Amino acid sequence: MTIGLSHFLFVSAVLFSLGLLAVISKKNAVTVLMGVELILNAANINFVAFAKYIDTDLDGQVMALFVIVTAAAAAAVALAIVLNLYERLRTINIDSADSLAH
Amino acid sequence: MDNVLTWITFLPVIAAVAILFVPQTSKNLVRSIAAVFTGLQLVLAIWIYMNFDAAASGFQFMEQVKWIPAFNIEYFMGIDGLSVPMVLLTAFLSFICIFASWGIEKSVKGYFAMFLLLDAGMMGVFCALDFFLFYIFWEVMLLPMYFLIGIWGSPSRTDPDGMVRGGPYAAIKFFLYTLFGSIFMLIAMLVFYFNVQDPVTGGHTFNMLHLMDQANHVGVLDDFNIRLLMYAALFLGFAIKVPVFPFHTWLPDAHVEAPTAVSVILAGVLLKMGTYGMLRISFPMLPDAMKWEYFAYGMAILGLINILYGAFCAMAQKDLKKLVAYSSISHMGIVLLGMSGLTSMGMNGAVMQMFNHGTGTAMLFLLVGVIYDRAHHRQIEGFGGLANQMPIYTALVSIAFFAGLGLPGFSSFISEAFSFLGAFGSEAFDLRLITIISTLGIVITAGYFLWTFQRMFLGELNPKYADLPEINGRELFTLVPIAVIVILLGVYPAPLLDLMRTSLNELVAVVNAADTTLLGLH
Amino acid sequence: MITNAILILLLPFLAFTIQIFVGKRLPRQGDWLSTGAMIAAFLLAVPIFVDAIVNYQPDYIIAQQTYDWINFGDIQVTFGLLVDNLTAFMLIVVTLISSLVHLYSIGYMHGDSRYSRYFAYLSLFSFSMLGLILVDNFFGVYVFWELVGVSSYLLIGFWFEKDSAADAGKKAFITNRIGDVGMFAGIMILFATLGTFNFNEVFTGIANGELSGTMLTVAGILLFMGAIGKSAQFPLHVWLPDAMEGPTPVSALIHAATMVAAGVYMVGRAYVLFTPEALLFIAYIGVITAFMAATIAIVQKDIKRVLAYSTISQLGFMMVGLGTGGYTAGLFHLTTHAFFKALLFLGSGSVIHAVHSQEMDDMGGLRKKMPITFWTFLIGTVSLSGVPPFSGFWSKDAILASALEFGMLNPSHLGIYVVTLLSAGITAFYMLRLVYMTFAGEPRDKEKYSHAHESPMTMTIPLSVLAVLSVGTIWWGWVEHLLAKPDLASYAGTVLPVPHSGGHDVAHSAHIIAMISSVIVASSGILLATTVYYWKKISAETWGRRLRPIYNLLWNKYYFDEFYQATFVNGTLWKARLLAVFDSKIIDGVVNGAAKLTVGLSRLNGAFDMRGVDGLVNGVATVIAWSGARLRLVQTGNIQNYILMALFAVIAIIVIQQF
Repeated sequence: MTIGLSHFLFVSAVLFSLGLLAVISKKNAVTVLMGVELILNAANINFVAFAKYIDTDLDGQVMALFVIVTAAAAAAVALAIVLNLYERLRTINIDSADSLAH
Repeated sequence: MDNVLTWITFLPVIAAVAILFVPQTSKNLVRSIAAVFTGLQLVLAIWIYMNFDAAASGFQFMEQVKWIPAFNIEYFMGIDGLSVPMVLLTAFLSFICIFASWGIEKSVKGYFAMFLLLDAGMMGVFCALDFFLFYIFWEVMLLPMYFLIGIWGSPSRTDPDGMVRGGPYAAIKFFLYTLFGSIFMLIAMLVFYFNVQDPVTGGHTFNMLHLMDQANHVGVLDDFNIRLLMYAALFLGFAIKVPVFPFHTWLPDAHVEAPTAVSVILAGVLLKMGTYGMLRISFPMLPDAMKWEYFAYGMAILGLINILYGAFCAMAQKDLKKLVAYSSISHMGIVLLGMSGLTSMGMNGAVMQMFNHGTGTAMLFLLVGVIYDRAHHRQIEGFGGLANQMPIYTALVSIAFFAGLGLPGFSSFISEAFSFLGAFGSEAFDLRLITIISTLGIVITAGYFLWTFQRMFLGELNPKYADLPEINGRELFTLVPIAVIVILLGVYPAPLLDLMRTSLNELVAVVNAADTTLLGLH
Repeated sequence: MITNAILILLLPFLAFTIQIFVGKRLPRQGDWLSTGAMIAAFLLAVPIFVDAIVNYQPDYIIAQQTYDWINFGDIQVTFGLLVDNLTAFMLIVVTLISSLVHLYSIGYMHGDSRYSRYFAYLSLFSFSMLGLILVDNFFGVYVFWELVGVSSYLLIGFWFEKDSAADAGKKAFITNRIGDVGMFAGIMILFATLGTFNFNEVFTGIANGELSGTMLTVAGILLFMGAIGKSAQFPLHVWLPDAMEGPTPVSALIHAATMVAAGVYMVGRAYVLFTPEALLFIAYIGVITAFMAATIAIVQKDIKRVLAYSTISQLGFMMVGLGTGGYTAGLFHLTTHAFFKALLFLGSGSVIHAVHSQEMDDMGGLRKKMPITFWTFLIGTVSLSGVPPFSGFWSKDAILASALEFGMLNPSHLGIYVVTLLSAGITAFYMLRLVYMTFAGEPRDKEKYSHAHESPMTMTIPLSVLAVLSVGTIWWGWVEHLLAKPDLASYAGTVLPVPHSGGHDVAHSAHIIAMISSVIVASSGILLATTVYYWKKISAETWGRRLRPIYNLLWNKYYFDEFYQATFVNGTLWKARLLAVFDSKIIDGVVNGAAKLTVGLSRLNGAFDMRGVDGLVNGVATVIAWSGARLRLVQTGNIQNYILMALFAVIAIIVIQQF
């Protein structure tokens, strides 16, 4: 059995679903952020896989690197927000950060 | 002096703006500015009089500039023999009225600014040759007049019959009534606009000269019934201003409640705009409709009603100012009658009557103002025997009254007599019976003027007025020039008549030559 | 000569202008100015008159000058002076009497508070009257006609502190205006048909048949209406007796000698345009006036009122003369009447000046106190009564002859002659009654009698001059010569042979009968008056009681004033008030009603706007707000919910995509 495009896509889909599940269901802000990271990396796998099988230049790999960098930056910001949230509410449960609804 | 008409129209606007920059406290400076600028205006009017070529036909001192090119609206000014007397009258009376307003103490700045704006509007109406421009000036006058009557007129009061009257009531009545009329004028104007072809560009136009040329009339203007409707609409618009019975009731109210100088302007100039409009717009633009016999006879009959009805109403008045107001209605009827005959004599007589009524009635209102300032009421019955107390005033009143009742030697005699003669001798219509009945107005007029004179000035002096002061220098300054003009034109009317003759005779010829073959259509 | 004419016209006007502005500051308040101007005018008129006599021809035009006045382009209205025989004649009469009255006024008005103003008005009147006879066109006649009216108004109401004087002035002016309107209508007809005002052109046009028939008759009668007003003919005579409120010299000049004669002059001037029908109308108006006024004069007690009614009656005589074809007779009577009636009025003024009363009951026996006044007054009286050889006899005789001749040629109109003759008899009666009650017998008011005195020289000299002129048997020849009856045919350009031969015999016999009958009625009138008031053989009181209804009718002047007051004056006032109420309640009511209706509608509209239109707008807003409030709950603020919803949405989109 040769490893084909569909295999990569399957892994990516599983990762994405796990990430989405984490984002939707977890109450811990840090866990949610980790879910986001999973979603981003699912996308990265897709980029690289499509670059390998469909388009043979390096655009996909470049985009994946770019996403990794951006995700790192986003994680830094997000963690700062979480830290702030904790300082203010003494919790990192995101359900308690609903003041916009009231 | 290329733009003399622009100058003469907008000088008062400059003065009004200048007045706005003067502190409220320097009242005399405000008055002086107004006097100087209206004086300049009068000088310009005299210059026009000297330089106007009365023998030439057509318009003179023309200025034509594109104003709103998208709609082919022009800033188009020019005057002919019909406008020049009105321009002179406006400039003259405005100047006089500034001095008659010298005693106004209530927000002087506002008063004079409004007055000057009014002056500009009036002058513009008489100079405009673009229908749109004409309409603008026509409406511009309303606003200052509204404030002048409403604010500086008599205060609001509730009459025994429960009606609230007084300055504000009269102002609103005047404003709405005139506005109501001008709506009809607006409609007619727009019909003209869309159905007259500019002979050069082929587009729509407001240019009155093009409007007057029947060859440019296309579209619905070829339909005689439409033309009749338009004539009726224009007539309604102008008739309210004249005012023609039964649209006259704004006049007694407005005249009585307005301050003296504003009454003078109202009666002296504003009323003339109605008849001026008919002669400037209705007659030359829709000559065939004017010649439709129902309109022609209708106009003469309305003239007759005005003459007699105004005179009878005047006779019954107890308030001197109201009497003068109704006498205006009566005298303007003569203008209508003179116009309707379509003879050169009647037409010239009618326009002379416009001028002469302007001066005569101005004098009357100024005189009413003089006695009101002293006695603080105007009830005719309240006086008596003033002739010995105020001889100079009495002399001036008798001049004004005798001029009013059409005594030879005073200007209105000439114009009244020739209006009647012209109407009687009309070849286009048989107005003989109407004219003869109208002349009965002469008797009634003599009746109410003499009766009033007797009640106020003759008999024993009412002891209440034993220390009434004689007329003062400023008042004399406003009255004597008018008296001189009234007498001069009464003896030798040629200076006035020579101005207008050429233009008016052309107008008469145009209307008389109008193609009435369309009459069969309806 | 034209210079003379212009100066005659301008001198009084100049005097008026100066007097009105600076009269009070002039020495003697400027009475010399007005008087001097008038005398100068008289002196200037003399050469014109002499010229008219010396160079006599029937249609002699002594001077003529026309000026452009008003130019209408297609019509030129000229204003000019025309001096012909008739004008020359009138000029001398007017300037002479006016000069004398000016002179007399210096004495009479002495010490009046508005002395200079009086002379100003007198000059204005003289100017207007002279203008009236000098102008050459109908429009000019109308102009001066009105000016004469206004100066009369000013002079009647001169003592305006008295209500009666102010009333009388107003009444005179308005009554005259009624006639003037008719006259103006007549002028309008002439002008509309002939296109000119000029006498000569009008007459030429009529001679050429451009205006004829009924329209010409109507024009003539309308023109005559002016004369009815100004010459106080029935039914517009009511103003003249009241006009006696004015100073007596004014009554003499204006209301006896000149202004009231203007109507007669006008009829004479326009004589050729009157058709036979119009002339008949004039004659009948004249005869009614003559008789009516004469009867009223019998019972009046105020000396000036008697003279006023006498004037009306005599003006009626003149109209009879003109109307029956006696052109010369009518104008001749105008002249003689002017002199003797001015004399009578000035004489009565002298009496009033002496006793300070106008009531004849306060007089009597004044002959001894005032000899000059008495004798001159007597001359005037007999002249007016028609006693030969005084001037009044000749002129009245001429009128009666004319009326009789007319009656003989048209027997159905013989009544004109009979009534005129009767009026002549009554004239003699009431004039002698006046003289007896004033000058003869015992003084009725001793107090007033004792203060009476002869008047000063400025008053008696004019009386004497006028008395001399009233004798005037010399007049007739000149007059017949000067005032030859004009012939319309002569204006046509071609002189037609006049086939008027049969009339001469009639005229001759009529003249003789008229002369005899007029002497008879005059003497019987005088005799009757003497019997009643001098010999007292017949008691006036007894007869007055016996004929009470007639006496009352005459005493109340046939109730004309009451009738006019009740109908025209009150009718006009009533109409005026009615129309004023109509104006303020109905016409203005409609306007105010329209305003109220508009306000009401706008209230209704406002309510609709608030409940309806605005309700809809607000309703939409409410629905949206309500649903918004419900939907708001969806916004939990919980990010995980949002993502879940997005997920569902994506799934939904995918699912929908599949179908």
